[in-house]
Amino acid sequence: MSDKHLPSSSRRTFMLGAAALPLALAISRMGHAAALPTAQVNTTGLAVTDTEVVVGQLHSATGTMAISETGSIQAEQLAIDQINAMGGILGRKIRVIKEDGASDWPTFAEKSRKLLVNDKVATVFGCWTSASRKAVLPIFEKENGLLYYPTFYEGLEQSKNVIYTGQEATQQILYGLDWAKKEKGAQKVFLVGSDYIWPRTSMKIARKHIENFQGGKVVGEEYYPLGNTNFNSLINKIKIAKPDCIFAAVVGGSNVAFYKQLKAAGITGAKQFLLTLSVTEDEMLGIGGENFEGFYSSMKYFQSLDNENNKAFVEAFKKAYGPKSVIGDVTQAAYLGPWLWKAAVEKAGSFDVDKVVAASPGIELPTAPEGYVKIHENHHLYSKARIAQGQADGTFKVVAESPELIVPDPFPKGYQ
Amino acid sequence: MSFDEIYNIALMQGFAGLSLFAVLLLMGLGLAIIFGQMGVINMAHGEFMTIGAYTIFLLSSLTESYAPGLIQAYFPFAIVCAFLVAFAFGWLAEWALIRHLYKRPLDTLLATWGLSLGMQQAFRTIIGPKEVSPTLPDWLMGSWSPAEGLDIPINGMFVLGLTIVVTGGVLLALYKSRWGLRVRATVANRSMANAIGINTTRTDRVTFAIGCGIAGVAGAAFTTIGSTGPTSGSLYIVDAFLVVTFGGAASLWGTVVSAFGIAQTQSISEFFLSGSMAKVLTLLLIVTILMLRPQGLFASKVRR
Repeated sequence: MSDKHLPSSSRRTFMLGAAALPLALAISRMGHAAALPTAQVNTTGLAVTDTEVVVGQLHSATGTMAISETGSIQAEQLAIDQINAMGGILGRKIRVIKEDGASDWPTFAEKSRKLLVNDKVATVFGCWTSASRKAVLPIFEKENGLLYYPTFYEGLEQSKNVIYTGQEATQQILYGLDWAKKEKGAQKVFLVGSDYIWPRTSMKIARKHIENFQGGKVVGEEYYPLGNTNFNSLINKIKIAKPDCIFAAVVGGSNVAFYKQLKAAGITGAKQFLLTLSVTEDEMLGIGGENFEGFYSSMKYFQSLDNENNKAFVEAFKKAYGPKSVIGDVTQAAYLGPWLWKAAVEKAGSFDVDKVVAASPGIELPTAPEGYVKIHENHHLYSKARIAQGQADGTFKVVAESPELIVPDPFPKGYQ
Repeated sequence: MSFDEIYNIALMQGFAGLSLFAVLLLMGLGLAIIFGQMGVINMAHGEFMTIGAYTIFLLSSLTESYAPGLIQAYFPFAIVCAFLVAFAFGWLAEWALIRHLYKRPLDTLLATWGLSLGMQQAFRTIIGPKEVSPTLPDWLMGSWSPAEGLDIPINGMFVLGLTIVVTGGVLLALYKSRWGLRVRATVANRSMANAIGINTTRTDRVTFAIGCGIAGVAGAAFTTIGSTGPTSGSLYIVDAFLVVTFGGAASLWGTVVSAFGIAQTQSISEFFLSGSMAKVLTLLLIVTILMLRPQGLFASKVRR
């Protein structure tokens, strides 16, 4: 560069500096966000401005599934409010666009397309049933969106565009069965479930584990249609089989009928060992503590978990949604979503989906109410398994906890 | 397995069939009046049952908060309330909606379906989306155990008893009372009934409301065996229509016999097959019989 050009060059520098001055002032008023301009954190045209980032929330606020999904909606909102109170993500406040999937899978698909294509949201927290997740999955993959999915589910799935914050099947089942064998001497197991994909896949894994790895015996395997409320014949069959352990995955309204009728038929926690995959604090409201007293549930989270993170979480949740509100396993998993996303965005220094996805494996969350979680390469969480016993007042008493974090394995070998 | 055990299981299985019969009959009874006698396809029948169930829940919560001493006694009183509340809502629904549609039966199907969706959302908004469970008195829980290894569910006996009382009451009212006479006259020939001085408009309204009230009683009874949520009603509606249609729409005795038949088929096949297969078998059987006898088991001898 020759001397002749110096003045113009320095003038340009000066001009740039002068132009940048008001901008810099404006940004410094917003806090440390100033470091990362929007053009840098958002190269793919997402709905991100200097002050705001838009995310989507897609659950069923109406219809059959509203029973289950309300807790998730509340937990995600709580996490987002807390993050905003801390100053947001990369200096940007989170704004939520809520869409209602209305318990209808095509509606889920349509709304997810709306969120990704029209609203250009940076991420979506949502879905609950496997059916709704399967309905939106092709859209998330095509539009390259990002979904945080909170429910424990049957596994056999892994997508670049989904982070699964609940347990896949093996994380929930294997520890529970091993504990049942060790502590309760369960040799003869009776499997009961509602008749759809999650219980059937879970029971398949359970049967393989019992027969091939534990040397136990499955003395009965029964499925009842969703919504079935009459279990008397089943209960008689259980009485004939005399199992050491009833292993249950009955869901929805059937769940309540199942436990009420077990109690009415004289099968109580004092006489019979029962371990279930489908009763959290939410279901307990409907079942009633007196009907589930003494039975056991296998989950990763219970509201009564005794640690500092959880105490703060329960307190904040009850403050937001009333002293009578309860927190089930999935509600807690939904609460993790926004925090995991925040950690990944901050690690990536960008809202771009590809960068956030690339940054996700290895993300740790030491502040999780369930204790500590970490995202695996396969987009599921390392988490602990826990067993708790139902109490007469409708709470759970945690009686066992896996000593180590359990590695997620959505495609378990030897269990297919 | 010893003889004693087989005997006990057989007894308990027999009772399982009876208690399913009671459940089916109780849920079909209100519909047999509304659909069978009046010809109104009431898709909101399940929601009137839910109203009854929620009445029990509300009264149980109130009793718990304000008069915990009465928790053992509130249940029979709450069932009467469930009838009255569902009766009142039925009266209202007939006045606001159904009476305009008597001549358009297919439109009532659509209108009552809309009503059912609206009511579900109202439950969800007002009471909350989560399932609830009323606190039941101790005497309704557990089992009666006359011998070792023999447990007869108390809630099952309670529902069976209630069903017998309600069915007896309905049959008596329909065949022995003035109201019953008016209903039967209106069903047989509306214009003639009108001509001889029967107020058919009023008869229709009372009949519809009584049907809804009985649905409320059914819902109340089912809180002892199942769940209460905004969509609980939709669990029952299909079975209720099945029982009434299979029995022959216009015949109350048909409803009784059909509930018994379906319950026994279901319960026995459930014992030997899996739950889902039993349901398939029962439905296949019903479809086959209805193909051969489209009017149902008991055809009414009414001149149309």
